[in-house]
Amino acid sequence: MSASTIKKILIANRGEIARRIIRTCREMGIATVAVCSDADRDAPFVLEADEVVPLGGLRPAESYLRGDAIVEAAKRTSADAIHPGYGFLAENAEFAALCEQAGVTFIGPPSNVIAAMGSKIEAKRRMQAADVPLLPTIEVSGQSADKVLREVEKVGWPVLIKASAGGGGRGMRIAHSARDFATQLETARQEAQAAFGDGTVFVEPYITGARHIEVQVFGDSHGNVVHLFERECSIQRRHQKIVEESPSVVLDDELRSAMTSAAVRGAKAIDYVNAGTFEFLLTPQRKFYFLEVNTRLQVEHPVTEFITGLDLVRLQILVASGEPLPPEVFDVEPWGHAIEVRLCAEDPRHDYRPVAGKFNQFAISSGNGLRVDSALDDAGEVSPYYDSMLAKIIAHAPTRAEASAKLARALRAAKLHGIVTNRELLVRVIESEEFQQGATDTDFLVRHNPQTLGAPLTDASSERVHAAVAAIAGQARRRREAPVLRSAPSGWRNNPSQPQTVRYIGEHGEHLVEYLFTRKGIAVRVDGQPLDGVHLQLATADLVRLQVAGIERSFAAQQLADAVYVDSSLGSSVFTEVPRFSLSQDAAVAGSLIAPLPGTVHEVRASVGDQVAAGQVLLVIESMKLLHEIAAPQAGKVAAIGVERGRQVDAGTVLAVLEAEVADEK
Amino acid sequence: MQRQVLPSRLDPQSNHYRTNRESVLAQIAKLDELLAAARAGGGEKSVARHHQRGKLLIRERVEMLVDQDSPFLELAPFAGTGTDYEVGASVVCGIGVVSGVECYIMGNDPTVRGGAVNPYTMKKSMRGFDICMRNRLPYITLTESGGADLPRQSEIFLPGGASFRHLTELSAAGIPTISLVFGNSTAGGAYTPAMCDYTVFVKDKAKVFLGGPPLVKMATGEDSDDEELGGAEMHSRISGLSDYLAVDELDALRIGREIVANLNWKKLGPQAAAVVEEPRYSEDDLLGLAPADLKVPVDMREIIARIVDGSRFHEFKPAYGPNLITGWASLYGYEIGILANQQGVLFSAESQKAAQFIQLANRHNVPLVFIQNVTGYMVGKQYEQGGIIKHGAHMINAVSNSTVPHLTLQIGGSYGAGNYGMCGYAYKPRFVFLWPNSKTAVMGPAQLAGVMSIVRRAAAQAAGKPFEEKQDEFLRKAVEDQIESESLATFTSGQVYDDGIIDPRDSRTVLGMAVSAAMSAEVRGAAKYGVFRM
Repeated sequence: MSASTIKKILIANRGEIARRIIRTCREMGIATVAVCSDADRDAPFVLEADEVVPLGGLRPAESYLRGDAIVEAAKRTSADAIHPGYGFLAENAEFAALCEQAGVTFIGPPSNVIAAMGSKIEAKRRMQAADVPLLPTIEVSGQSADKVLREVEKVGWPVLIKASAGGGGRGMRIAHSARDFATQLETARQEAQAAFGDGTVFVEPYITGARHIEVQVFGDSHGNVVHLFERECSIQRRHQKIVEESPSVVLDDELRSAMTSAAVRGAKAIDYVNAGTFEFLLTPQRKFYFLEVNTRLQVEHPVTEFITGLDLVRLQILVASGEPLPPEVFDVEPWGHAIEVRLCAEDPRHDYRPVAGKFNQFAISSGNGLRVDSALDDAGEVSPYYDSMLAKIIAHAPTRAEASAKLARALRAAKLHGIVTNRELLVRVIESEEFQQGATDTDFLVRHNPQTLGAPLTDASSERVHAAVAAIAGQARRRREAPVLRSAPSGWRNNPSQPQTVRYIGEHGEHLVEYLFTRKGIAVRVDGQPLDGVHLQLATADLVRLQVAGIERSFAAQQLADAVYVDSSLGSSVFTEVPRFSLSQDAAVAGSLIAPLPGTVHEVRASVGDQVAAGQVLLVIESMKLLHEIAAPQAGKVAAIGVERGRQVDAGTVLAVLEAEVADEK
Repeated sequence: MQRQVLPSRLDPQSNHYRTNRESVLAQIAKLDELLAAARAGGGEKSVARHHQRGKLLIRERVEMLVDQDSPFLELAPFAGTGTDYEVGASVVCGIGVVSGVECYIMGNDPTVRGGAVNPYTMKKSMRGFDICMRNRLPYITLTESGGADLPRQSEIFLPGGASFRHLTELSAAGIPTISLVFGNSTAGGAYTPAMCDYTVFVKDKAKVFLGGPPLVKMATGEDSDDEELGGAEMHSRISGLSDYLAVDELDALRIGREIVANLNWKKLGPQAAAVVEEPRYSEDDLLGLAPADLKVPVDMREIIARIVDGSRFHEFKPAYGPNLITGWASLYGYEIGILANQQGVLFSAESQKAAQFIQLANRHNVPLVFIQNVTGYMVGKQYEQGGIIKHGAHMINAVSNSTVPHLTLQIGGSYGAGNYGMCGYAYKPRFVFLWPNSKTAVMGPAQLAGVMSIVRRAAAQAAGKPFEEKQDEFLRKAVEDQIESESLATFTSGQVYDDGIIDPRDSRTVLGMAVSAAMSAEVRGAAKYGVFRM
């Protein structure tokens, strides 16, 4: 096989996919150029690339969506090709055309194919011609509302309104009856216009209990088109995939063969070149229908890589440099089962709200059939400007049960010290009975409450053990950092009168830890209850080996400011240490209600001038995933409210001022 | 550091070891009861009333004042034992770490007779001033006291007045004085905060005036109330006696910690080594080494091996005067010199060796640790003629004029001038601690009673009177019992002639904390001594 004619690739993307592409380039001896926004200047992908062209700006429109600037960067760095990754400009036909005009190889299909497949309506027309099964489609443009409605009535409720140029769930609405159809149609149009600059929408029947199954295809410029089997991506939150696997448990050989050959047929019909994905809907009646073609490398491509043993990025580069698909692609024997989850910086318990911030530790074990494609190294910042996906964790094993067990364990054992993630939700999904039995469909996360799925994995009793560990690690740190008498035993007293105490706020509430070192060892009480059979084997600031009730475990601890993270086989806990001394109340106005810990104002339930009763909740502060109610300590009148909803507050911030009720003298 | 690790030949299975261990454990159990009594303060009712007033107990105050997980060495916890007063003498004193600074902390226990000062409280307090001055330790007082115990005022009024002088002397010496006032501190007590560098008054609780409303009414006819005369708000906003107004007790403790954090404090003594080796042998063995029978000598090398860093010891002049071991070691990373009585008796050679070693330590600016188990200087014709007094005087001269810090640990007997030569109480060690089994007297009870009997017999003979053997036996027994009880550690510690009886297993920790505290002050060896009589 001849060496690739591509010697240097510019990666028009960021995060994990940029690192992923760099990895293959390294293996192929290809130089890499990264482009980056100001927010990503210190990101791992930037440091790993051989050269970097900073684009400036923060938001995508100011950086990763600037096609002209990126092509210019490729020319300046003499890059032979541009890999667009996924998202951003990956399916932008204009950008692909811009590359073609500039003489830079666009690693992906030709721009005309992208353009054709970018319009879902156009794509459906082309697929219909290739005899690929389609759902009935009602085109909306150029038809009277009445006629559309009549057509819709024919296919039956509910229906799905989709943006022709869409993706990622935007511009997608469900209408359940004629009554809300007009409204939903209008909303979908507006969303589509806003998101894609094209308000064209169409209507399909909405299938409940359907599965999302896609087929990976690959074409080269020598007329070869192959499929690399399917991926099932049914579990989605708001039309965004979060769990992907291959093979799909519902496909038998016959159905698999029907779907994959439909995909290959479709790809051939449009002279498809490079990596592409044919997305299908599979109904509970085992009928499949074409949805769309993704003309790029998919986020979930590692699933296919695991079961096929192929490197899809390498294939993309070979194909882009004009070579035929290598022989191993034509006789792939898939092996085992691969499952991927998308770990995101988002809070499932708060409407999947994306979270930005810093990870002080970000460690997920890999190797032995576990692959982690991560945007972060062992720590790092998550900026608010881009997608919330932090990493993909992919497990490969002989069976689905083994792969899911491996994946769940890796997730549970991950050290994610910093901001909220969807880890809990992912673990609960994978470990759920339904998932285990293969009962996955696109409504999975509609049926299950994200509040429950996102709840802490560590139960209250494990959290108490973790609180004890946090205290033990804390004392080890204080002893280590003590400016004097470091050699003295911790908390030593010749006339001991009381234990050392520390308070933590955990996910299950506040804990009081009391501990006392004696000649016999350590005695620990948490929330007034002694920990039984405690034997302390090792106590350092970051590692504690502790025996509780005859079981010895290693506990990793990390303290950062007043946050303490504890990870062990019991799970992960995060605590906020309650300061020993509250802030000077002297400085505060009498009657002030003070934020007990840093957080965000979640809710303000009182207004200035309100008469409130003692114990009445005036505000709610959200901190460390928990909502803390701030109640009136006494009856009175609200004299001032110092904050508003959404405001970030530090511990000690005055939230409100209460004027005490003056007792009636009579 | 080239120092050999001391070998150990200790046999924990031996009868001797077991007897010692059982004996000292029984004594520790008794001491624990005394400590429990001290912690109980004025008793359940009084403690409950105190808590009901929203106040913290003195030990709760101390616990919040000191750094989390730092050690706290309570000094003279047995003061008052064997007297009419409560164990501890209604005051808690000790060395603790506040905002990373080793401080001397003293606080009245208001649950014990309102925190009134009795003669033992006073002795304990006076010892505290001496400790602060000589070791250069910042002084923090947690004030809440009803003043002098009036029935015993005659023993307190005149000598006790020195407190205020000591406070200002500390201040003049550049040693910070901080008073956190939690309650009453009136009349004479009002001068405690007044003489301090920093004062913090707890709102609605501190009460500091020379004369209360009734006295003012009697003296001048003026009507007034407590707050007008001595409230925290008044003193913070009007008189300026209070530097900080604390909203409550915790706030006062927080402010106290911040004051210390802002002292810009630096210890002036030698720095401790960064890495400190733990002893090779178990501290538990010290129980088996504590002599139950003071007539049986103890191998001091076994004790040293369980106290010093890495059990490493460089012995000086080992072949000469072997009854006294001298040598260099380190403790908590600080270089120290050790003098330890291997056999109870000091001869001329031991005395001269000690005098030389003390001078060497002063040349090297190294503190000294005296480990006492001493019966005294040798008597008898041969020794007197050999100059034992002269040589003993060399040792006492060296000890008295040495200016490096001295720490004394008494692990057995401490008799006669041996107590002086080995830096007993009167020789002003920076700190002196006793093991529970130790005894202190001019001589052993049997010897003392025997000496008195011989004197009586001689007197009877001289007067030509018959000697009553039976009566003599009775007297001998009575004297022996009295001396025995007054030589016990609990007695001398009750009288505040030391800084406390310690569990032998805590020896390293206690001496380590003491040497570290002593390193707060500059260590400079003596430039001159008294004339050494040759």
